[in-house]
Amino acid sequence: MPGNPLPDAEQLLTALIEQMRPAMGPETGLIGIHTGGAWVAERLHQALKLQTPLATLDVSFYRDDYEARGLHRDLKGSEIPFEVDGRDLILVDDVLYTGRTIRAALNEIFDYGRPASVLLAVLVDRGGRQLPVAAQFAGTTLTLKPGQNIALKRNDKGRLNLELREDKR
Amino acid sequence: MWLNPTNPQLDRKGRLHHLLTLEGLPAEILWQILDTAKSFLGTKVKKVPLLRGKSVFNLFFEPSTRTRTTFEIAAKRLSADVINLNIAVSSQSKGESLLDTVDNLSAMHADMFIVRHGESGAPHFIARHVAADIHVINAGDGRHSHPTQGLLDMYTIRHYKKDFSNLRVAIVGDVLHSRVARSQIHALTTLGCPEIRVIGPKTLLPANVEQLGVHVHHDMRQGLKDVDVVTMLRLQNERMQGALLPSAQEFYKFYGLTGDKLALAKPDAIVLHPGPMNRGVEIDSSVADGKQSVILPQVTFGIAIRMAVMSIMAGNK
Repeated sequence: MPGNPLPDAEQLLTALIEQMRPAMGPETGLIGIHTGGAWVAERLHQALKLQTPLATLDVSFYRDDYEARGLHRDLKGSEIPFEVDGRDLILVDDVLYTGRTIRAALNEIFDYGRPASVLLAVLVDRGGRQLPVAAQFAGTTLTLKPGQNIALKRNDKGRLNLELREDKR
Repeated sequence: MWLNPTNPQLDRKGRLHHLLTLEGLPAEILWQILDTAKSFLGTKVKKVPLLRGKSVFNLFFEPSTRTRTTFEIAAKRLSADVINLNIAVSSQSKGESLLDTVDNLSAMHADMFIVRHGESGAPHFIARHVAADIHVINAGDGRHSHPTQGLLDMYTIRHYKKDFSNLRVAIVGDVLHSRVARSQIHALTTLGCPEIRVIGPKTLLPANVEQLGVHVHHDMRQGLKDVDVVTMLRLQNERMQGALLPSAQEFYKFYGLTGDKLALAKPDAIVLHPGPMNRGVEIDSSVADGKQSVILPQVTFGIAIRMAVMSIMAGNK
């Protein structure tokens, strides 16, 4: 395929870092949603030089499509190495679409404790929300055609890249 | 009616629908269960909402404490509603047939039956009979199979030994009456364990047990030499018909796991027991409570294994 029609993920990451920088406190906790969100969060955590260790979330046990699609085969597990109670949190995902993953993530976070606040940072907001969820920080906003999906990839050198997928219908 | 004519435990897409035996279950499904259990053990959150609104019926036709309780805890940690039926004082004792009991419970919108029965094959019988959206888990049937125990034993071995491909495993004692031993042998074989030994007196080993691909030893000291894992089995007096043993004392002398016999195994060998154990019959107290014993971790792992089995099955629609 000649040329990638999507924006460069590394440039979006740089834009996202600059947006987030003023909002960071010394106690802010970053939580990346597996798998793409965890990659983005890892990079943000480095660039923003955060003191609190990085957390990752696998929302498989909280998804609302479990009944329809079953349990995810490749579970990563959740790891929140800090106290959630009373903390300002930033949830990180790669692509924001229906908002259902974020709903599942919020439910899981509240099983750990009661955070002071939760904000959302995403690399791409592609619209198409089915729930009242909004990102406070977004690398970019895209409009995709129905049946089109984007996925974040990471190569051996850790470089992030966006890929366009067409649903086989 | 079976969903999948080639394997009664699977649905049309080849995914786990009932768990009746580990015999013939694809390695991929065994690994999936072990991996999923690991992620349940890794989480700090005890209760997850996967099975919210589902009804899990514990149908125990034989007494059990450990298995029934760990199934109950596992179901509750998945947010299911658990109903325990004490069959001994229920309709069965008033003459109701097994299938009538199952039909009545299905009419109460059961989603899953956990079945323990003294007769081999009872869970198969129930699974063949229930509606297509109901799942059945065998929690031990007669001498036949105890798949979740076999799986938690595999989890325990993997936890301590990492890999099955270089292991020598000894299964010791009353293999004849043991559904645990059969489940272990099938699972170990599927997961690639190269050497399985069964150790016991001739009267307590099944005829032609070699056909399962195991090595038979009647001398325990010889059989334990250089093994990585020792599984002790309980002497099942309640299932014995006729005189299979001179006495429990004599059994202990020849087949009880004592410190000096365990010393013949590898120095880092682990000791498993499915419970309940009879101290001074098949295992010495100093071994049961010793450094190499992983008998209590087995119980903890059992909860995660049962959560994994239930959450994988209930998601396969």
